[in-house]
Amino acid sequence: MDDVRRDYIYNLVKRGKREDGRDFRDYREIKVEKGIIKRAEGSARVKIGNTEVLVGVKLEPGEPFPDSPDEGVIITNAELVPLASPEFEPGPPNEDSVQLARVVDRGIRGSEAIDLSKLCIEEGEKVWIVFIDIHVLDNDGNLVDAAALGAIAALLNIHIPAERYGLSNSEGEDTNTLPIRDKPVAVTMVDVGGEILVDPNYNEEKAAVSGLTVITNTDGTISGMQKYGREGLAEDKISEMVEIGIEKADELRRRFL
Amino acid sequence: MKKEGIELIKDGKRLDGRDFDELRPIKIEVGVLKRADGSCYFELGDNKVIAAVYGPREMHPRHAQDAKMAVLKYRYNMAPFSVDERKRPGPDRRSVEISKVSREALEPVIIKEFYPKTEIDVYVEILQSDAGTRTAGINAASVALADAGIPMKDLVSSVAVGKIDGEVVLDLNAMEDNYGEADMPIAMVARRNTITALQMDGRMTKEEFDKGLKLAMNACRQIYELQRTALIERYSEM
Repeated sequence: MDDVRRDYIYNLVKRGKREDGRDFRDYREIKVEKGIIKRAEGSARVKIGNTEVLVGVKLEPGEPFPDSPDEGVIITNAELVPLASPEFEPGPPNEDSVQLARVVDRGIRGSEAIDLSKLCIEEGEKVWIVFIDIHVLDNDGNLVDAAALGAIAALLNIHIPAERYGLSNSEGEDTNTLPIRDKPVAVTMVDVGGEILVDPNYNEEKAAVSGLTVITNTDGTISGMQKYGREGLAEDKISEMVEIGIEKADELRRRFL
Repeated sequence: MKKEGIELIKDGKRLDGRDFDELRPIKIEVGVLKRADGSCYFELGDNKVIAAVYGPREMHPRHAQDAKMAVLKYRYNMAPFSVDERKRPGPDRRSVEISKVSREALEPVIIKEFYPKTEIDVYVEILQSDAGTRTAGINAASVALADAGIPMKDLVSSVAVGKIDGEVVLDLNAMEDNYGEADMPIAMVARRNTITALQMDGRMTKEEFDKGLKLAMNACRQIYELQRTALIERYSEM
């Protein structure tokens, strides 16, 4: 089955086509809904084509890391729950789940989108921990971009739950919105038959021999990259992918963030 | 990545005296373990790593076998005493990711079709860590695979580049990694200029990225020569 699928996608690409009729550089239809989970401080549901990811952000007070006693902490996790794909099994996070979480985390951390210095409650003792939890609901390829978009969408406009923990600011200032300074966006591309396809669906991911995710910020700087796949990528192809990544990230940022 | 007013560059040199494009000293020993089919001890500055290869050998579980080719497995693991703050034994999320990325760095050169239904196990142990352990691991693993006689198209070489005090530099040490602005490990098949692993974290412009990539590719070519020499020396003694 895999070979048949791989050949099918490969042959389409050689004729300049994709399974769903898209151009090589086009994303599938994207929908972003923010604030849909009441219990989470921030949330977003992202659909890219049939891929669906729900990201919830929760904040709680906790201990800072010893080497940054006055900074908040970001913890990102991804669950590839079994209902999302016949290939996902129950159990602790596997390497794909770990990679997904860490790549999304890298983009957010590298961009310094969250101003961690504003999340200190008591230096050395208590800071806000920002839990970014990625819950994959339907895997039709390109979980990274959906998860990353969901993460930043969920982070924008978060009310810090100070009252719940008895930490309300009595000075009446509105210091209660999570301070977000940038909007990193991930763009994932794969190499199929030498062509660069943006936003691979499930079949294209399987058919591809290598891929690259590029995470960029509002000013065009790069805050994360990750290469995948069983084959190598040439330097010029990588360079081209980075340029495409910067361009497409701008587009997604304008449309959804 | 934290910038805390620490100067990582003084008078055009790095704190350990290196130039921006200078690798740390490398030491390579081939065939250091008796029981493993292939092995390599590798030092990169203060990093000390050992890689061992077992295989091709029978694959378990049977249902995970590939009828057409060998399955490559790679396990990156840090010894508890290898880092300042003791690392609890066992895989953590970072090790899981590094293992995956490293495996994918080597897959392109292994001719897996020669040994269907088998597995080839690569084990990398970090004995002492000073940033760049995953790159040292990949370098050591390439040599260990060759030492084990695994059919390969070529060796894979790996190094990291980064950005410190606004400058793009080669082969970060731990201090530079902790206080620097970006870190980008890369693996490459030196003679073919194909990149088999690439990760970046921190913040870089596209120009800095391009510069860093070129710097890394050059360094990988240097490392390749060292790996090759070590293997030739080992086998010409025999």
